[in-house]
Amino acid sequence: MDDRAHLVRAAAIWVALAIVADLIVGFLVAPHMPPGNFSNTASDQTHINNVLALIMTPIGVGVITFLVYALVRFRQPPGPLQDGPPVRGHRNLQVGWVGVTASIVIVLAVLGTIELVQAPDSSAGAGAGGGQGPSPISRPSGNPLVVQVIAQQWQFTYRFPQYGGVETFSLALPVGRTVEFNVTSIDVIHSFWAYQLGVKADAVPGANNIAYTTPKKVGLFQIRCAELCGLWHGWMAAKGHVLSRAGWARWIAHERIANAPATHYLPPYAKVYYPAPLERGG
Amino acid sequence: MQPPNPREGSISRSARILCTLGGTLVVAALVGWYVVGYAISLPPTVPQARAAGVTNITVQTVASYGHQPHPDWVSYLVKNTQGQWVHSTIWQVPAHSIVRLTVYQYDGNSGLRNPFLGQPRGIVGGTMTVNGKPYHVLNPDDASHTFTIPDYGVSVPLKGVADDAPNQCAVTPCTMQQAHNTIVFEFRTGKPGWHRWQCFVPCAAGWLYGFGGPMQTVGWMDGFLKVV
Amino acid sequence: MSAMETPATAPAPAGTGRSGLLTFNLLWGLVGLVAGYAIGLWIGHRMGSRFDWTADIDYNDIAVLLGYALGTLGYLGGLGLLNHPIARLFGRSARDVAPRTGWARYAQASTDHKVIGNQYLIGIGVFFFIGGVNAMLIRTELLRPATPTFSPGQYLTIVGLHGSMMIMMVSSIILGPFGHYFVPLMIGSKRMAFPRLEALSFWILPLSGLILTTTIAYGGFPTGWTGYPTLASQADIGMDGYLFSFALVGVGMILNALNMLVTVFNHRAPGMTWARLPIFVWSMLTTSVLMLLGPPMLLAAAFMEVLDRTSGTAFFSSSTGGSPFLWENLFWFFGHPEVYILALPGFGIVLEILPVFARKPLWGYRLAVSGMLGVTLLSFMVWQHHLFVSGINSSLRPFYMLTTELISVPTGFIFLVGIATLWRARIRYTVPMLFALAFFVNFLIGGLSGVYLSDVPSDVTLHGSFFVMAHFHYTIMGGLVFAFFAGIYYWLPKMAGVELNETLGKIHFWTAFIFFNSTFLPLFAVGMMGMPRRTATYAPHLQFLNDWVSVSAFLLGGSMLVFLGNFVWSLVVSRVPAPANPWMARSLEWQLPTPVPVGNFDGPVRILAGPYEYGDPTAPPVMELGHAVVPSAGD
Repeated sequence: MDDRAHLVRAAAIWVALAIVADLIVGFLVAPHMPPGNFSNTASDQTHINNVLALIMTPIGVGVITFLVYALVRFRQPPGPLQDGPPVRGHRNLQVGWVGVTASIVIVLAVLGTIELVQAPDSSAGAGAGGGQGPSPISRPSGNPLVVQVIAQQWQFTYRFPQYGGVETFSLALPVGRTVEFNVTSIDVIHSFWAYQLGVKADAVPGANNIAYTTPKKVGLFQIRCAELCGLWHGWMAAKGHVLSRAGWARWIAHERIANAPATHYLPPYAKVYYPAPLERGG
Repeated sequence: MQPPNPREGSISRSARILCTLGGTLVVAALVGWYVVGYAISLPPTVPQARAAGVTNITVQTVASYGHQPHPDWVSYLVKNTQGQWVHSTIWQVPAHSIVRLTVYQYDGNSGLRNPFLGQPRGIVGGTMTVNGKPYHVLNPDDASHTFTIPDYGVSVPLKGVADDAPNQCAVTPCTMQQAHNTIVFEFRTGKPGWHRWQCFVPCAAGWLYGFGGPMQTVGWMDGFLKVV
Repeated sequence: MSAMETPATAPAPAGTGRSGLLTFNLLWGLVGLVAGYAIGLWIGHRMGSRFDWTADIDYNDIAVLLGYALGTLGYLGGLGLLNHPIARLFGRSARDVAPRTGWARYAQASTDHKVIGNQYLIGIGVFFFIGGVNAMLIRTELLRPATPTFSPGQYLTIVGLHGSMMIMMVSSIILGPFGHYFVPLMIGSKRMAFPRLEALSFWILPLSGLILTTTIAYGGFPTGWTGYPTLASQADIGMDGYLFSFALVGVGMILNALNMLVTVFNHRAPGMTWARLPIFVWSMLTTSVLMLLGPPMLLAAAFMEVLDRTSGTAFFSSSTGGSPFLWENLFWFFGHPEVYILALPGFGIVLEILPVFARKPLWGYRLAVSGMLGVTLLSFMVWQHHLFVSGINSSLRPFYMLTTELISVPTGFIFLVGIATLWRARIRYTVPMLFALAFFVNFLIGGLSGVYLSDVPSDVTLHGSFFVMAHFHYTIMGGLVFAFFAGIYYWLPKMAGVELNETLGKIHFWTAFIFFNSTFLPLFAVGMMGMPRRTATYAPHLQFLNDWVSVSAFLLGGSMLVFLGNFVWSLVVSRVPAPANPWMARSLEWQLPTPVPVGNFDGPVRILAGPYEYGDPTAPPVMELGHAVVPSAGD
């Protein structure tokens, strides 16, 4: 069999396998793709994960197909050691490969950028839920609920500046309202990861890290610390709640009353805090 | 490795086999020592007795342990069912019950990094008793330690002893005659499982930010509640 | 070569060096280490004892760091590595340590690059083993989601030791043994450019591994291999051990790189043009560029952190005017080239091995070289992808997303070159070839998962999760370590003159490949389902996957033991002598006899053709040995 016939055969196998694989990915995997659709930012990420999966799958299948084809068909025959043909390269194939791979990569980068800097009025979230630093370039429009996430070793606490600066031990959010998380730390670097909300923002002492999301359903979400912060890093987890609007209004009112004694001693709300006991303590 | 120089004479095959076996045993022993001596080193679990539906745990928090391996580390100690003080922070309590924790607090105050934790939470009735008086909130600067179980939402600040109080404790176990505050509170346990607890006051003297050493070592200022 | 150079490889005449144990060797190095350490501790204690916070060894970082510093000097002195600098300081010529023969060669600071290559093999192997034991412990802890098996503090140190051992020590797993042994042979040189520096850069490695291992006596370190402040500033004395040993490794990397670059530039035999250079040597060259330019940032960062911990400076402490972001950027500016230091040698070995067992020239040689050069260049422009959600200026993110995605283009060249080399070939399935082929499968999965991580929206969930873990284990372990195994089965017959048992080799390969994929493939799912890195607890619904991964990991460890057993048995006990060219390869190192003589080549070498001219009956032999005087392009 000559070279062209081998290539055509392998390419045909590739196309067939790629179509099957993409169908499997598109119909069986995509509906279950993490992180899910609990919030608009999670939906953003699920969408881009599905796009990447659909693009990556044919590429991976292609490499494996040509590799396995070569391994199966081009073996050393029994007998004295034979050499293969002295082919050293093929200019058009090399140029074509460079062009095609570079184009795919640029398309992916453009897609990712679009997903990241979505127009604020679109139904998708801004910034895909990631921490954007103190001056985010993608902000959703409207009046978000501001929640400050204070990370400390080894618990997250939450402050609501629009509600008297009350601080709470656990997190509850109203459904359907855009949330602006201002994540900071008062000791070491942590990372606030609300899995179902698709939010992750590093909590850096002395810095404010802003992330946006809009929860779409009522229910529970998992909060974990995603940056090694010391002994109990792995245990630094909690459950957050998304409540109905009325339920959340009752919750925040209850928290304001219950935490009033503590609020009395809190420093005024600020984007970052530099707490006093920071030297060699004792 | 090049074959041994024939001028020096080769080592016999059986000698080589013996050396290999010997080397394997040495390596296995080292690995075993590492696992048993270093990795598995949780302090002992101290069971607590239940009486009339309430499990009483008595602990003391001290400014310096006073014994090896770390004489000047702050620490918690707990009383076992025989009434002796044990240096362990893993306490075994029954599930779905009320636990009354009595803390004899011997350490001076360091102040809370987050003043929010000056308010006790997650405890039965919402108040703690400090030296007999009920407190709804503690001035954060007066806190010496906290006892916090994040899983249960339990957090209680522990009032510090004044710096100029006479008769301060330096070596454990501390006695009732030495300067201390007594803090009592109750909380409910849930299903069986392991729940971590920790202190939130940066009280580790000698470490930057006060959170090194004993603050990050189970057996001193961190521990587990083993609910069975 | 200047007239003042003492010839490094000429053995000292008998009787001029002290013999037996009373000479500069590892034993005296260890004595010097302990003595220097004790003196440093004593000095630091005297300095610190008057102050409350440093009165106890628990807090006295300065004593421990001085101990490490003086211990390092004592260790190097005992090994004889300071002889030459000190003698030149006094204007005298230095006498080299008499080289020993037999097994004792490996316990001294040898200047023979072949001895050093073998020393690297054993030295790195020891720390790879320790890192592997720690990995088994990590997977043991992760069998149960909510019950601690090990004390949480010790577990964090185990995690940190695993990562640090692997990155610090194992980063040279190919450049060390195979780079040092074979680069001079492949380019027709009798030595590396700087033999004494080569010995120094080797002996630094066991020292830093020892310091890292002994951090457990000082409370370990809680930061993992990335050493982020402010946690690093808070930590016990073990943190200083980590910082010092990482800095030492960095110094060793810079020296190694310098040596390798000068050797390849200046010591090529006549006729060894850039177009005939074996692809493995190209990979060593590009790796050395990264190893030269990345570690200085690490050294700077480590030094600043030491100052923060000991002297109250505020480089990384925001409350006193610094910023933890500074460490993140300095570290990852080194850290990203570091991971390409881990990837490029793997490319080099597999592309070197493929033509031999496919009996075809390397297809697209120039494309492969451009791929390596492209990776080298781009690797300095991508480091912010480790900080996508850290709170960096969000307008930077699209740029770094682009550069990170672009780096997969030169990486892709390697795949095209590999598959095209196999196309229409005559493939022999020897153990080295199996590992080289598995490299392509593993690196494909690792590389494709990297595309997810480079995409910022996707990275929001995946950063800091087990997905990242699976990605880098696929590229580093599935890549570098599998390439290392390919290299060891391929080259051990030349390095040690013995053959490894082929049946055990095939068992090792299949168990390693199957259990490696069984261990790390589910971790992509585990990460996507929300499990963060470096934890000992996780959500209960992930227990089945974690248990599957743990059991696979134990079996993978077992497969490593199969290799270890084969290696030790073949090398120490059965010692089946290997022919000079068991694979019938064309490259220069296989044209030499086994064992390779001390000066490598009997006379001046002239290169006549490249090493991949299989299938071309008109191709001349690779080299000719002659005594004619030729204009030298090298030595």
